[in-house]
Amino acid sequence: MNVLHVIWQSAVVVLGSGLLGLVYKGIDRKLAARMQGRIGPPLRQPFLDVGKLMVKENVVPRDAVPWLFHAAPILAVVASVTVLLYLPLGPFPPVLSGRGDLILILYLLAMPAVAMALGGFASGSPFASVGAQREIVMMMSYEFPLAVVVVGVVWRLATLGFSPAFSMVTVGSTPLWGLVGPLGVLGLALLFLCLLVVTPAELSKIPFDIPEAETEIAGGLLVEYSGVNLALFYLADAVKTVAMGALVVALFFPYGIASPLGLSGGWAALVDQLFFFVKVFAVVFVAVTTVRVAMARLKVDQVARGFWIPVTAAALAGLALLVLDKVVMG
Amino acid sequence: MKLSAFKRALWVYHVPTGSCNGCDIEIVAALTPRYDVERFGIMLVGTPRHADVLLVTGTVTTPMADRLRRIYEQTPEPKAVVVVGGCGSTSGVFYDSYNVAGPVDEIIPVDVYIPGCPVRPEAIIDGVVKAVAKLEGLEAGEKV
Repeated sequence: MNVLHVIWQSAVVVLGSGLLGLVYKGIDRKLAARMQGRIGPPLRQPFLDVGKLMVKENVVPRDAVPWLFHAAPILAVVASVTVLLYLPLGPFPPVLSGRGDLILILYLLAMPAVAMALGGFASGSPFASVGAQREIVMMMSYEFPLAVVVVGVVWRLATLGFSPAFSMVTVGSTPLWGLVGPLGVLGLALLFLCLLVVTPAELSKIPFDIPEAETEIAGGLLVEYSGVNLALFYLADAVKTVAMGALVVALFFPYGIASPLGLSGGWAALVDQLFFFVKVFAVVFVAVTTVRVAMARLKVDQVARGFWIPVTAAALAGLALLVLDKVVMG
Repeated sequence: MKLSAFKRALWVYHVPTGSCNGCDIEIVAALTPRYDVERFGIMLVGTPRHADVLLVTGTVTTPMADRLRRIYEQTPEPKAVVVVGGCGSTSGVFYDSYNVAGPVDEIIPVDVYIPGCPVRPEAIIDGVVKAVAKLEGLEAGEKV
């Protein structure tokens, strides 16, 4: 592939994901406010917040490790955007398709959390250290069910003869629901539910906002961050929301509406792209917005136990159902 | 420095320096669906590092004086201080008390005073908006 193509496509993804992430954040806050009977902030509020953070002073605490303190937000943003470069976005294949697969995406998805934990430890504040430890504990809890979900989907694809099964092009163009038997559909539904539970944890949203926990450890990981660095973490969070939504969509709903509608050419791409934005928004709305309005924060031990026992059990059950489906269907 | 970005994205940090809880509850009331300050982009944050405006409630007791000074220094520039309630503005009924270091403006520079015992949520919103106007005035080069 032409290097120039990769560069301009990456630039579009970087800018687009930032804008899209902030728009989703605005819609999310507006809808959350409406559900609580409030009027809520205007849709452009996240843009105003980022703009304001950009003009604030960027304080580095005396006890901090300056280079790590400054590197962590940049690492978080870069990792979040890089995930999107490997994910299929609507009708278009991944920008970096062929250069990395789902395994790489799993690692990249963990990077923003690692960056936040590093930044927390580098701040030299006890609140931030507690937050960083909680972030690590949460990561250890939700990574296993997430891996089981991904492996389950990919393994079933591989048994159906698709290869390379871990490639995002294969996963993102093959809806699995119609290819498996009834047991397989049940298994996929279980895996999908597990992924929906993992999504808010991956994004550190209520009820899994334990590492930040404003009312309890004063903002946790982010307690010492201000100005541009805080704006970068804000952006990383917004972009990661899009990335997580796009991953769920690619794994479970890689459908387009252009071909059933009988469209082709440029219109088909446009309609599918818009449909993709709607799908990602639907995932974010179901897994993040409604959940964060309806629930309070869990304790870290409840989250660890919850992910290791019930969620992992559900994911493994889903995997077992897929295996059974393979045995039955042959 | 460009300050017009502040117009509708103000993050406030609440510092109780020895208040009776009356004003604190009124601040919380301003967050409820009835008043909903988030519609103006005003958000309560958990740490002074994220704050643009400090909402100080209550007259400053001796142990809190040093803490208040440190919280003020921890807040990144540009910032504004809003005193909520009569006690913070003038020491109120605690005037000349043995354990009181003084009203807030004897410890840190104050931009806006909101009188009341306790203040009404509308008054708090008005005071915070005045603080924004002050920050915006700095941008226009006005002497305040």
